[in-house]
Amino acid sequence: MTLKTATTPAHESDPEPGRNKPKRHRAAQVQETRVDRIFMVGVYILLTTFLLIVLVPLINILASSFSSPAAVSGGRVLLWPVDFTLIGYEAVLSNQAILTGFGNSLFYAGVGTAVSVALTVMIAYPLSRSDLVGRRFLIGGVLFTMLFSGGLIPTYMVVRSLGLLDTRWALILPTAIGAWQVLIAMTFFRSTIPGELHEAAQLDGASDLRFLWSVVLPLSKPLLAVIALMYGIAQWNSYFNALIYLRSEELYPLQLVLRNILIVNNTAGTNIADQLAAEQMADLMKFALIVVSTVPVLLVYPFVARHFNKGVMLGSVKG
Amino acid sequence: MRPHGARLDRGGAVSAAVQTPSAAAFRERRRRTRRRNLRRHWQLYLLLILPVAYFVVFHYIPMANNVIAFKEYNIVDGIWGSPWAGFANFERFFANPVAWDLIRNTLVLSVYGFLAGFPVPVILALALNEVRLRFFKRTVQMVTYAPHFISTVIVVSMIILIFSPRIGFMADLLGFFGMSGNLLGDPDSFRHVYVWSDVWQTAGYSAIIYMAALAGIDPSLYEAARLDGASRLRKIWHVDLPGIAPTVVVVMILSVGNIMAIGFEKAFLLQNPLNLSTSEIIPTYTYKIGLLNADFSLAAAVGLFNSVINLVLLLAVNTVSKRVTGNGLW
Repeated sequence: MTLKTATTPAHESDPEPGRNKPKRHRAAQVQETRVDRIFMVGVYILLTTFLLIVLVPLINILASSFSSPAAVSGGRVLLWPVDFTLIGYEAVLSNQAILTGFGNSLFYAGVGTAVSVALTVMIAYPLSRSDLVGRRFLIGGVLFTMLFSGGLIPTYMVVRSLGLLDTRWALILPTAIGAWQVLIAMTFFRSTIPGELHEAAQLDGASDLRFLWSVVLPLSKPLLAVIALMYGIAQWNSYFNALIYLRSEELYPLQLVLRNILIVNNTAGTNIADQLAAEQMADLMKFALIVVSTVPVLLVYPFVARHFNKGVMLGSVKG
Repeated sequence: MRPHGARLDRGGAVSAAVQTPSAAAFRERRRRTRRRNLRRHWQLYLLLILPVAYFVVFHYIPMANNVIAFKEYNIVDGIWGSPWAGFANFERFFANPVAWDLIRNTLVLSVYGFLAGFPVPVILALALNEVRLRFFKRTVQMVTYAPHFISTVIVVSMIILIFSPRIGFMADLLGFFGMSGNLLGDPDSFRHVYVWSDVWQTAGYSAIIYMAALAGIDPSLYEAARLDGASRLRKIWHVDLPGIAPTVVVVMILSVGNIMAIGFEKAFLLQNPLNLSTSEIIPTYTYKIGLLNADFSLAAAVGLFNSVINLVLLLAVNTVSKRVTGNGLW
């Protein structure tokens, strides 16, 4: 190690200022040894490769969705649209099954999220209160569901015996509360709502419900945003419960419609007489469909990215 | 304020009389406090009713329903009225030569997924942590993070389209390297496609937690490393890695604990008649015999077998890790 220090050319300059001072990277650069500089080049190459691996497929899909059916079917699109056109999107947006699915998914995501957030707060707030009798037992009961699940068939039997099969509730109720979200909410309440606040409210004669509604919830907006996004995106992206619980096509969420069109290759809805043109159109439609169905999630993404980080962190703090 | 005052009074009285009150009196007092607590906080218990009902109905009753794994279930007699079958359903499963294929497929897929998927986010986080160009760092983070929000259905359709010999650019690329065209119809390729597409989708998201752990490392350690003339690589080895070790252990336990809990969703979507010999795993098989063939008892037995192994693995890994590293889930 001493040898390396000796050969470091940059030691005539001042030592690097504290880690959090501005212009730090310039100072760091001055101090770089040759080995370090080669290492950094490696880091940038690695990260750029990573970036491209993630980005190229996404750009390819986007470019294909704006290309002509013939170019897509011929596999001629790479990163830029070939024979730019919007007919792929026109076909998608005039397909009744897709529109119904889109509407259904909005419903499931909207209502499902509202139900989930309400129920999560209803269990997480009492459990965050240390004066609750039976608190440890109830928390144990919630956490155990993370380790051991009832399983597919036994859960299906419960849903069936409740008469929920083939109803909208089958997609909302069985997954209404996530143990992970309860944990996040509990940790949040415990760490951000000071006990003194509750004592003060009690002195003023506020009941527990009143305190929750007028003090805790207004203070918990970041938490509510995080868990609402988690539930909303999970609901928007799921297809499995719809696959096992729903029979009627008019109840299908978008993801199940997508699965039937994109993966099972059930290309109903293309009324073009010419066989080849129909096939090419079906190919193009898939790309446009992928873009259309991902847009709602990507619209909230910048917001999500910021808050999800916090959510991950909230959950990782052990309670 | 009343309870506070009362407790003080009683405490004073106790210390004045005898140091240790009798156990019976203690229990009696505790019970009284509890009852008062219940009466004062009835609203909290009111709030709990619906969520607790949810957990009972959709989690604990299904767990109890697993009893049909030991029964010969028929609809007329119901879950509790059907005749007992002992371990007949489990024997029926293991007598089927398919059973061992299923277990092997499930294990290979998840162990491979763990080995491939575990190091990548760590490397990504360590590399990102070295980068000082804020714009570059932000961009890489934002982009690699995005696939996490894409649904399984869409990811699988992207795979199918991109690797399609006719349409996809990846098929051309593979062809350039002399590999066969139709990846999805090939049982040998299924596992690679499954695992690496998972890495593609989740690495950026999984790196977040390590990034946070890295941000929490004491800056004075870097200062000391720099004064000692440590190179960047040595700094990573001696400061960064020990700093994130506890986080790594927790994530590792969780993933090992989930080794048999591999998702149904993606494998099912990637399945086709050509790759079934490697793509049929326990969850997809449970779905087929349970919901498509309506053999509830057999399906429940297979599912229960899977859940129990999973639980045992999780507990074992947690115990070992606690003993070896001092870190565990609880």
